[in-house]
Amino acid sequence: MSMTQGIYTVAENIHLTDAIMRMRLLGDTSSLTAPGQFINIKLEGKFLRRPISVCDYDGESITIIYKIVGEGTRQMADMKPGETLDVLSGLGNGFDVKKSGDRPVLVGGGVGVPPLYHLCKRLIAEGKTVSVVLGFNTAAEIFYQKEFEALGATVYVATADGSAGTKGFVTDVLRTLDYDYFYTCGPMPMFLAMEKIMTTSGQYSFEERMGCGFGACMGCSCKTKYGNKRICRDGPVLEREEIIW
Amino acid sequence: MVNTNVTLCGISMDNPVIPASGTFGFGYEFAEYYDINCLGTFSFKGTTLEPRFGNPTPRIAECTAGMINAVGLQNPGVDAVIAKELPKLRECFHKPVMANVSGFSLEEYAATCQRLDACPEIGWFEVNISCPNVHGGGMSFGTSPEAAASVTRAVKAVTTKPVIIKLSPNVTDIVSIAKACEEAGADGISLINTLLGMRIDLKTKKPVIANKMGGFSGPAIKPVAIRMVYQVAQAVKIPVVGMGGVSSAEDVIEFMLAGATAVQVGAANLVDPFICRDIVADLPRVMEQYGIKSLSEIIGQAGR
Repeated sequence: MSMTQGIYTVAENIHLTDAIMRMRLLGDTSSLTAPGQFINIKLEGKFLRRPISVCDYDGESITIIYKIVGEGTRQMADMKPGETLDVLSGLGNGFDVKKSGDRPVLVGGGVGVPPLYHLCKRLIAEGKTVSVVLGFNTAAEIFYQKEFEALGATVYVATADGSAGTKGFVTDVLRTLDYDYFYTCGPMPMFLAMEKIMTTSGQYSFEERMGCGFGACMGCSCKTKYGNKRICRDGPVLEREEIIW
Repeated sequence: MVNTNVTLCGISMDNPVIPASGTFGFGYEFAEYYDINCLGTFSFKGTTLEPRFGNPTPRIAECTAGMINAVGLQNPGVDAVIAKELPKLRECFHKPVMANVSGFSLEEYAATCQRLDACPEIGWFEVNISCPNVHGGGMSFGTSPEAAASVTRAVKAVTTKPVIIKLSPNVTDIVSIAKACEEAGADGISLINTLLGMRIDLKTKKPVIANKMGGFSGPAIKPVAIRMVYQVAQAVKIPVVGMGGVSSAEDVIEFMLAGATAVQVGAANLVDPFICRDIVADLPRVMEQYGIKSLSEIIGQAGR
């Protein structure tokens, strides 16, 4: 794993919904090698860094999408363009695009949606026919549906209250779809529901409370069929076949 | 030209900076980011006789100026450490390393240390006595002078290398425990281990950490650590390794003035993986700023 530390400049920090923000950071992106990796952000007055998944990146900037859930993310939401952040970049293993079939489905739940965006870009660049299933609680919480469509993916939305798309959960859409591989990021209840109905191999991206984010503290360990792994360094993406639920 | 060299239990070190156990793994992963031979040494991940997964997650909670961890001594066990970790360590680190050892009985401490004593990579033992004694009603070995002395004797009996006993601060009189270890034959004392702490989530109304309580570390505990290092260094003749909230070259010097011969850096590694390299690089500048020519000369100066 390569990891770099640098000072990044906020280029954009806007609301996508009431609680979901998108921030674009200018700085070194050389240590990012795969979709699904994350960065770890130092915030003024906070001891531990905040791990946030990378939504997209290019040669000069990193885009993250985050939810305002506590003091740290509230502080991030108040940042203005031109302000700077100390960031560790290039963390985690990310999604392995080589394992995809020709017709992968990408499944995102809520704030788990962002890391699928760059993955979708990569898969489409490789000529895959990509379906995307996005799950939200309600219509007002939907973000990035159009952005995935603009990449050329077929996008399905499910909302728990039925205010947009299919009423229900991502699994209600997935049951009707044809796919030969899957990638997913989202909350644990969504994973458990998917695990019951998915018919192919796939990759799950996990979330866990982390200390360091780069494998030193053993704060985010989990057991797998191939031994203990650290979500931050050996994950956050694990293959379906190795996961112990 | 300033001199950062110190001698710890007869082993010369280029500088007193030591990444603390549990924040630096077995070194080789940090060696991907910088040449870790710039360090004085490092204390490797706490090793037990048997492999341990540790506690359920969440294991980490943030605090003001610090953090709580309840990892629970996750490690692959001493045999795997010797067979798999030390060979990888040897490729990237060419100085004597500090072997951090934990146990839940005297026999376990002794068996683990005996196996490690034969490894040429190891310079010192650092024996963590903050673990519960399974034969002593679960009381930590580190909470009584007698139990601390018994671990010291058990390890000294089977080892040839210097044995440093790492003390818990969660006691009423740390000086009496340090003296008991010295009398039992310890070659050095390191302190402080983490302070027992706890956080509760207002949303869930439950403890943040699955284990409920954990070890509090970080800059918030530094004044407590400085005080305890000072008290212990005044009371014992063997060298003291100081730690607790160290995150700068100035902090290293403050611990040395309190009586530390070498200084460990713990939680700060988890926030800034390059911090130990940067502290080593910064030491000469800070020494010159405060008119210090040789670090070994300031050890315990605040108490003289």
